[in-house]
Amino acid sequence: MFRYIPNGDDDRKSMMDHLGIKDIDELFKDIPETLKFKGQLDLEASQSEPEVLKYFEEKAAANCSLTQLTSFLGAGVYDHYIPGIIKHMVGRGEFYTAYTPYQPEISQGTLQVIFEYQSMICDLTGMDVSNASMYDGPTAAAEALLMATTQKKMEKIILAGAISPEIRQVIETYMKYRDIEVVTLKEEKGLVDFKDLEAKLDQDVAAVLVQSPNFYGLIEDVERVSEMAHGRKALAIAYVDPISLGVLKSPGEAGVDIAVGDGQALGNGTNLGGPYLGFLATTNKLVRKMPGRIVGQTEDVDGKRAWVLTLQAREQHIRRYKATSNICSNQGLNALIASIYMTTLGREGLKEVAMMSLQKAHYAYDKLLATGRFKPAFEGAFFKEFVLLADMEPEVINQKLLENNILGGYDLSKACGVDKGIMFAVTEKRSKEEIDRLAELLEVM
Amino acid sequence: MKVMEGLLYSEDHEWVKVEGKVATIGISDFAQHQLGDIVFVELPEVADEIAKGEVFGVIESVKAASDSYLPVGGKVVEVNSALEDEPELINQDAYENWIVKIEMEDEGDLSGLMSPEAYEEFCSKEE
Amino acid sequence: MRNYDKVIYEVSKKGRRAYRLPESDVEMKPVESLIPEAFLRKEEAPLPEVSEVDVIRHYTNLSNKNYGVDTGFYPLGSCTMKYNPKINEDVAAMPGLSQLHPYQPEKTIQGSLEIMYELQKALAEIGGMDETTLQPAAGAHGELTGILIIKAYHQLKGDFHRNKIITPDSSHGTNPATVATAGYELVEIPSNADGSVNLEALKEAIDENLAGLMLTNPSTLGLFETQIGEIAKLIHENGGLLYYDGANMNAIMGKSRPGDMGFDVMHYNLHKTFSTPHGGGGPGSGAVAVKQHLAKFLPKPVVVKTGEGYGFDYDRPESIGKIKGFYGNYGILLRAYTYIKTMGRDGLKYASETAVLNANYMMHQLKEDYKLPMNQVCKHEFVLDGLKMDELSGIRTLDVAKRLLDYGYHPPTVYFPLIVHEAIMIEPTETESRETLDEFIAAMKAIAREAKEDPELLKNAPYNTPVRRVNEVLAAKQLVLKYKDSL
Repeated sequence: MFRYIPNGDDDRKSMMDHLGIKDIDELFKDIPETLKFKGQLDLEASQSEPEVLKYFEEKAAANCSLTQLTSFLGAGVYDHYIPGIIKHMVGRGEFYTAYTPYQPEISQGTLQVIFEYQSMICDLTGMDVSNASMYDGPTAAAEALLMATTQKKMEKIILAGAISPEIRQVIETYMKYRDIEVVTLKEEKGLVDFKDLEAKLDQDVAAVLVQSPNFYGLIEDVERVSEMAHGRKALAIAYVDPISLGVLKSPGEAGVDIAVGDGQALGNGTNLGGPYLGFLATTNKLVRKMPGRIVGQTEDVDGKRAWVLTLQAREQHIRRYKATSNICSNQGLNALIASIYMTTLGREGLKEVAMMSLQKAHYAYDKLLATGRFKPAFEGAFFKEFVLLADMEPEVINQKLLENNILGGYDLSKACGVDKGIMFAVTEKRSKEEIDRLAELLEVM
Repeated sequence: MKVMEGLLYSEDHEWVKVEGKVATIGISDFAQHQLGDIVFVELPEVADEIAKGEVFGVIESVKAASDSYLPVGGKVVEVNSALEDEPELINQDAYENWIVKIEMEDEGDLSGLMSPEAYEEFCSKEE
Repeated sequence: MRNYDKVIYEVSKKGRRAYRLPESDVEMKPVESLIPEAFLRKEEAPLPEVSEVDVIRHYTNLSNKNYGVDTGFYPLGSCTMKYNPKINEDVAAMPGLSQLHPYQPEKTIQGSLEIMYELQKALAEIGGMDETTLQPAAGAHGELTGILIIKAYHQLKGDFHRNKIITPDSSHGTNPATVATAGYELVEIPSNADGSVNLEALKEAIDENLAGLMLTNPSTLGLFETQIGEIAKLIHENGGLLYYDGANMNAIMGKSRPGDMGFDVMHYNLHKTFSTPHGGGGPGSGAVAVKQHLAKFLPKPVVVKTGEGYGFDYDRPESIGKIKGFYGNYGILLRAYTYIKTMGRDGLKYASETAVLNANYMMHQLKEDYKLPMNQVCKHEFVLDGLKMDELSGIRTLDVAKRLLDYGYHPPTVYFPLIVHEAIMIEPTETESRETLDEFIAAMKAIAREAKEDPELLKNAPYNTPVRRVNEVLAAKQLVLKYKDSL
């Protein structure tokens, strides 16, 4: 009757005979009578595969997806090209139906994938060590900050002003209930106000977190933040867009202690916000303070190269209350996607994607300014996303664009109080033709 | 299990050797045996002031990480930095390979510690 | 390619490509003219360079060194490794449901919002709760969400002194770790030998600083906590709240509900109970359901029904805030709801009944050769305490587990819960046939015989796996955590 349950009534009966019981409820006799659920769950009856598919197809039809829309929306989630081979490899049941690789002898596939993921995240970020992934960028940022407060035994952290509201809100939740003080810096033309940093960076600060490119798409001077933090014995944490690292200075080159970010852009679909993955990489010095799983190289009894989960004494299943974090399940399959993406694009491809996004974003920036409907919001250098000030409400602009099957920019007037501010993201996937069309529509609006 | 004569022992399985005001501290053979292969020892910094009963280091094996509690309070005067590269020395000889030397604040702290005989009996109950 | 042993960097060769991007159709300006040189990368990221064929061969060969539910029986206690239906994957991959930006206008994602709303309702119903958040990314993340909700509840009442959470020593490691992450003090109480709560110890642990209790039911020994009514009364009378760790929910769907047992807040592991894949470690989903008195503390946004359809409700002033970016592991939510629709109200109940029957059937036969600490009816899983033989043989649970690999099985969970010394924790789930169970039982019995006849055979197992026992001490000492040419 239920296709995922092989045992039918006959099997069930013979197994019950074996146990000497007549009624399945005899196996539930230990549940006190008053706690037995005697009614029927208020859910639908079981449905066949065609019925289930029809339901979801109807819901899909009630959406308007990126297959129908040309997207200029970013704000942390980007419509980059996803190589077709990824789904074929990720779809292998040996990968996605496996558990956490606690049995190394039959989990070398997953373990090696994580080892290579760690290696490539280190390549990209220029850091010494990476863990096997966190839930997403914002939670990775929160955990990095907790790492810093533990390491420094200080209860205060500083956040740059222009970080994404998603990141900020998650950090606030994690810190609020630990009584860790969160100090936010003022912005200076959309960037870190270094005078304010100087003033707020006192002896009690565990870490300074800066996002670059920041929420407005502007490139921050991470190196300077890092130097100033270290000058006051605080840690520096950079939240970065992994794609930007094809062109921009790596967190390692900028001298930070912890690099975090969201790996969505590394081959993961936009998926209405998840699942993505958070990455977290740090220096050798801090490796034992890291949250999450880590894979290390070793050998088996025959001397054959092998991989295994290591430094497990940091983790919840061993260290319980004193663990570095409570994280157990991570985003393993998304880390596999990121690995295949980084492997497929490789050394040249990642540079190319970064370069093309950069060039097209700048082309779009010039093109939109030329319409005469916008003014630049900031002066700083940007990567693939930029903020403009419109001569009308962004909401109205986006509505008009939507009518023309374009997913417009992020409305900063609502979320961030930048009056008539609208932020456009341009990836390598956007063609000149699509950008030109956007400009034409805006010009006549 | 080896219990060394001439030392004092804590219930957290540290041993203490007293020479004047300086206490040399390590973990017992019983403790190293319980932990198994030691892969890392986190040491305090010289000049750290640590109170009695506070954590002064972490000893990590593959399957456990155990905090080490200071049996006598005082100032760290020396750490055994050889353990940074060769933590397994503790497995090889837990009494030869001390962890920290402490300049004791209050020698009264020693009064709560066990004699080798008392410690041997203490361990036999733990097993 | 049976002996494929390459790291991807060892396949790399300069100039190889596995991708093709379109030619740029905009003018390519010198990068220095767009970005100040101080912000540019000096050293290239040394990623591998391989062809598309290399990528496919590499990952296919790695997948062959893995073992998934698709490969075979996976009786991993506490992890509910049930079959992961393929239709779930098809639904999650529908472009109309997946290719959505989280900041799209709500009117363009009405279909998805409706699914999320319906899932919230279904999960509340199954747990006997009132409202649900889908935001937490995993079980432990759900625990954190739930414990922060408990904290917010006490703080709103001005009870800042309530700073203690009680957990039994048989709990999952995530419970105490979550207590720490939430900034609470932990009071760990000893369990009875059968894994149930020691009521005397509980009473002793309760004082005016009590914030709450975290509990799994069935317990980690797979036994129903029959005193739960009394426990709930005790905690509530002392001003505390009860948190339900939903890891073992597969035992009781449609049979008993945490909400009816007196729990105030609970999490689900959608990647256990609701059949979404474990993905080699994740992503999971740790949806949290609460009783009405805690609903206002749920993370924001919650999906609500509005006049015009469905929308995100951010206007929740008492909310603990956001616990994750956006709205949760949405792709996993789609899979879980597909499963709920496929199984329906009767199917979920039938699944739990079958899971419990399968576990009892196995327990009944394995207790002949293995020690069974608690000889009573179990729920969806049971715990053995090693082989029934002279302890001097030196054969440990680890050896049994490793030998099972040679028989082609993923071993059960071992050495958990910590209160059973040589624990072997078996959870067959409902998706295994009687034949599969019988074959596994036969393998376990054969291993018990081998342990007597040829103990060395077990101590050196496995023999037939891609690698044999690995040196964990070496891994922890040398700490090679990324690829280096020199090794």
